[in-house]
Amino acid sequence: MSEELIALLADSFWKILKPGLLATIPLTLIAFSFALVIATVAALIQFANIKVLKQLVRFYIWVIRGTPLLVQLYVVFYGLPNLGILIDPFPAAILVFSINEGAYAAETVRAALEAVPSGQMEAGYCVGMSYLQIMRRIVLPQAMRTAVPSLGNGLISMLKDTSLASNITVLEMLMATQRIVARTYEALALYIEVGVIYLMFSTIFTMLQRAVEKRLNGYERKGRANA
Amino acid sequence: MLKVKGIHKAFGTLEVLKNVDLDVEKGDVVAILGPSGSGKTTLLRCINFLERADGGTLEFDGENFSFQHISKKEIARLRKKTAFVFQNYNLFLNKTALQNVTEGLTVARHMPKEQAQDIGKRALEKVGLADRCDYYPSQLSGGQQQRVAIARALATDPEIIFFDEPTSALDPELIGEVLAVMRRLASEGMTMLVVTHEMNFARDVSSRVIFMEGGVIVEAGTSKEFFGNPKEERTKNFLRTIGERFAPEE
Ligand SMILES: Nc1ncnc2c1ncn2[C@@H]1O[C@H](COP(=O)(O)OP(=O)(O)OP(=O)(O)O)[C@@H](O)[C@H]1O
Ligand SMILES: [Mg+2]
Repeated sequence: MSEELIALLADSFWKILKPGLLATIPLTLIAFSFALVIATVAALIQFANIKVLKQLVRFYIWVIRGTPLLVQLYVVFYGLPNLGILIDPFPAAILVFSINEGAYAAETVRAALEAVPSGQMEAGYCVGMSYLQIMRRIVLPQAMRTAVPSLGNGLISMLKDTSLASNITVLEMLMATQRIVARTYEALALYIEVGVIYLMFSTIFTMLQRAVEKRLNGYERKGRANA
Repeated sequence: MLKVKGIHKAFGTLEVLKNVDLDVEKGDVVAILGPSGSGKTTLLRCINFLERADGGTLEFDGENFSFQHISKKEIARLRKKTAFVFQNYNLFLNKTALQNVTEGLTVARHMPKEQAQDIGKRALEKVGLADRCDYYPSQLSGGQQQRVAIARALATDPEIIFFDEPTSALDPELIGEVLAVMRRLASEGMTMLVVTHEMNFARDVSSRVIFMEGGVIVEAGTSKEFFGNPKEERTKNFLRTIGERFAPEE
């Protein structure tokens, strides 16, 4: 490697990391938080078997999971203006990523809810709790624990998928890299560099996921104490 | 105090309860015996509305309800006066022993936390688990879990406790500790309706015995009569099959 190239990589590292910290990470975290809310509501509606709403949720999941994320981004950013709805790139990305991940996470949470033994619900009823109390205090917490590994994977996927937001002019890491490449023609080195930065972020997210899992597993992991 | 009349339940075309009558007085310990599949669990579950019966009436504390037409609100109100101990404990897995016991007090009955914890600790003490308050179910043996479940039932001060084979899931060496707790409750006058395969318990602790088969009550009587002088041929057969000790004298 020439000294020149090393200098370029060192110089571009911050230039790529900065949009990472200012766009990629906030986009991921904000959209994922919304996605969790959407997913929980959607999963509960299905679990509780609420008529009409359930059909709506099924429709939402069907559409979102059956169409490419990139198409969804285009529809919102380039398509909606035809209806007079103009959304800035960053909010548009947040909107699309929330709705997209929400659909996948909804299925995860629903499966986790269904995996909670029905006896938990019955025991709740028998001590006098209401459906909502049981869901909130017993069933949902247990389901969330089951769902964390899958949700964590979703978070990491989303982190990587935010690179698609460059297509709707969000200045995130990939777009920053593309700009440097256009100037310097060092495509190989620079794209590997941005890949490494993604890897760095996803490693941190994975560690975070582990920590959360460990915390939530508290009630199962501690092991049997001696009598 | 609790009177069931003509309770009927079918799963599809399978009739599981065929117009069963049941009468429990305050302080009674009623044992429900019968072969597997006779509808014992279904009977208990229907009485506590975990399963919806399709016919019959329930009288509880002088109030009358129809199993078919009772409202959710009334079910909730009735459940607050009863408690249920499951075969497989069904402790809340994400709650400690003490939280399991207090949950029904603080959440369902809006009792202040301190008061609930006092009651909870006393209930756990009563089942011999005062030192296990902060243990999660996964950290307790089956016998301990079932005793927590009994403490959870006691804490809400129910008028009657339903037990569905509370010792069936336990290793033989753990059965004794649970039965001991139940004996104690019986001697203190707790009203209990107990589905069980523990014949010694049925004979020595229960005041009355109901023998079910094929969704009907074949024989009902005081435990003394039932074990000493069974009338029905089915009952005699049943007592013979469960062991020498219970075989009726010829
Ligand atoms: N949810 C259900 N759906 C369909 N059939 C059921 C259901 N629950 C119970 N049954 C059937 O009803 C019958 C009575 O079951 P139940 O569990 O009440 O018997 P049991 O007397 O408690 O038996 P055991 O001693 O084995 O616990 C059985 O034939 C069973 O297969
Ligand atoms: Mg049973």
